[in-house]
Amino acid sequence: MNPEFIINEELGKLISNVVKKFPSDKKRSAVIESLLILQHHNNGYVTKNIIKALSDYLLVSEIDIYEVATFYTMINIDPVGRNVISVCNNISCMLRGSDEILSHIEDKLKIKVGESTKDNKFYLKDEIECLAACNGGPMMQVNHKNYENLTLEKVDEILESVNDK
Amino acid sequence: MINKLCTETFGLKNPDSLKTYLDKQGYQAWKNIITEQTPKSKIIEKIKESGLRGKGGAGFLTGLKWSFIPLMDGQKYLVCNSDESEPGTCKDRDILRYNPHSIIEGMLIASYAIGASVAYNYLRGEFMDEQWKVFNHALSEAYNAKLIGKNILSSNTTIDIHALIGAGAYIVGEETAMLESIEGKRGMPRIKPPFPAIKGLYGKPTIINNTETLASIPKIMLNEPGWYKSLGVNDTEGMKIFSMSGHINNPGNFEIALGTPFSELLNLAGGMWNEKNIKAVIPGGSSVPVVKGDIMMQVNMDYDSIAEAGSMLGSGGVIVMDESTCMVSVLQRISRFYYAESCGQCTPCREGTGWLYKILTNIILGKGTQNDLHQLERIATQIEGHCICALGDAAAMPVRSFLKNFWSEFEYYVDKKESMVS
Repeated sequence: MNPEFIINEELGKLISNVVKKFPSDKKRSAVIESLLILQHHNNGYVTKNIIKALSDYLLVSEIDIYEVATFYTMINIDPVGRNVISVCNNISCMLRGSDEILSHIEDKLKIKVGESTKDNKFYLKDEIECLAACNGGPMMQVNHKNYENLTLEKVDEILESVNDK
Repeated sequence: MINKLCTETFGLKNPDSLKTYLDKQGYQAWKNIITEQTPKSKIIEKIKESGLRGKGGAGFLTGLKWSFIPLMDGQKYLVCNSDESEPGTCKDRDILRYNPHSIIEGMLIASYAIGASVAYNYLRGEFMDEQWKVFNHALSEAYNAKLIGKNILSSNTTIDIHALIGAGAYIVGEETAMLESIEGKRGMPRIKPPFPAIKGLYGKPTIINNTETLASIPKIMLNEPGWYKSLGVNDTEGMKIFSMSGHINNPGNFEIALGTPFSELLNLAGGMWNEKNIKAVIPGGSSVPVVKGDIMMQVNMDYDSIAEAGSMLGSGGVIVMDESTCMVSVLQRISRFYYAESCGQCTPCREGTGWLYKILTNIILGKGTQNDLHQLERIATQIEGHCICALGDAAAMPVRSFLKNFWSEFEYYVDKKESMVS
């Protein structure tokens, strides 16, 4: 059912570059960036097998990795759509109309915040954090790229231009 | 003359390149220190004398912080806090992408002064597409120019700088939570004391400074003593970047003299959007108390003047709200944020932020009572000062100040089950 996850040579190289930033006995420090690397390689989420593989690779216990994976909101432990949309709706963006932007996207993609589209093309992340682009509000990130000073028309263009992998 | 500390390269062609920075006397302060082998104490003394205060939110004196580091030999660390996430604040993101070398030079000088051979710059995860790439590129340029690394500029000094990336957690901006995160753990703040200067990253003496603070260091070192102080106006000292957002015509980052009247800053930001009247301002990021617009128009943008108006300069994230703003909705949005971002370690914050958000949501849904308003005040009081870190206070302060300044608007919402302004 769930085949073992192997950290191949390419991934191993990326992770060992992370490990090198820290003292040799502090490999646990590499957990967060390694999870981001592995998640990127695995359609945007990490599985228990990935956590197991990273645990073996860094010699850090699985539970220590799991609690990091569940604490940080950018790491997903469940499958999500291939393209991640995060609409900032903290105060600065809210004052500039982010709520309308968000409901427009919900209507357009026929999903609610926190859900992925049926075809798995988009995941509308429940973004509660401020994305630090307050003077470009309303703004969103699509696959971590910023789009600022949004209008409904701009949002349509941006979403239609997303080339699916 | 307009002086610029951190924003000098903004708007230039290839602002992030080493060449652009060198053309602006970049790395000159660092080269002077290395060639002259300036004594560490002399650098700390100069920063102390400059009166530079931390620009991330707390406003602690930077030179004093550095002087807490023990003099004995042994591994020490410097950490640059680029986990910018205080709502309303977006200044560090621009320094990271438009003037990354000023951060690197500031980190080198700070590391040298405190005796750290390794420094980390921790960027928030959401910066991975732009700032992360730009900063890493700047790092490799500086390594190639032998400004960082082993035997810097053929001296005996060795300092390595690494960029680290977060993965989405506001609390990691708290300095001890950041240390936990660098150690590969959940970002839960540590009990202080011991302070990081004594026992920080991996238990070693560590100084954590904000991005803007470190980016200010090179210019201060390059100029005469007293220069930085002289930049302030109206009896105050120094400069600060203010992120202007909300109901204004020209949102943006403005690096200005501390002490500049708020009304001037508002003009720089193009004045009020749609020519509406100003209702309220959050002057230092969403954690600080809200100030009524007419009072704010009399305030100067410095620590003391904003404190006299009942708030704080904080991170410099200035959120401007016009007369059409529903203060109940704004407070509910703020409370949702702190509820979601509480790390869950201390009971008053974990439970209290949830109650604040739920009660405010009930009010918005038209199910609130007058007693709820007093309950909000009680809960805020019970959180404030009762937790390991300042997140609980950050959740409580807006609640108390919104209620105090706009009580009738909250009462109206409870009675009529709708907003006073809509």
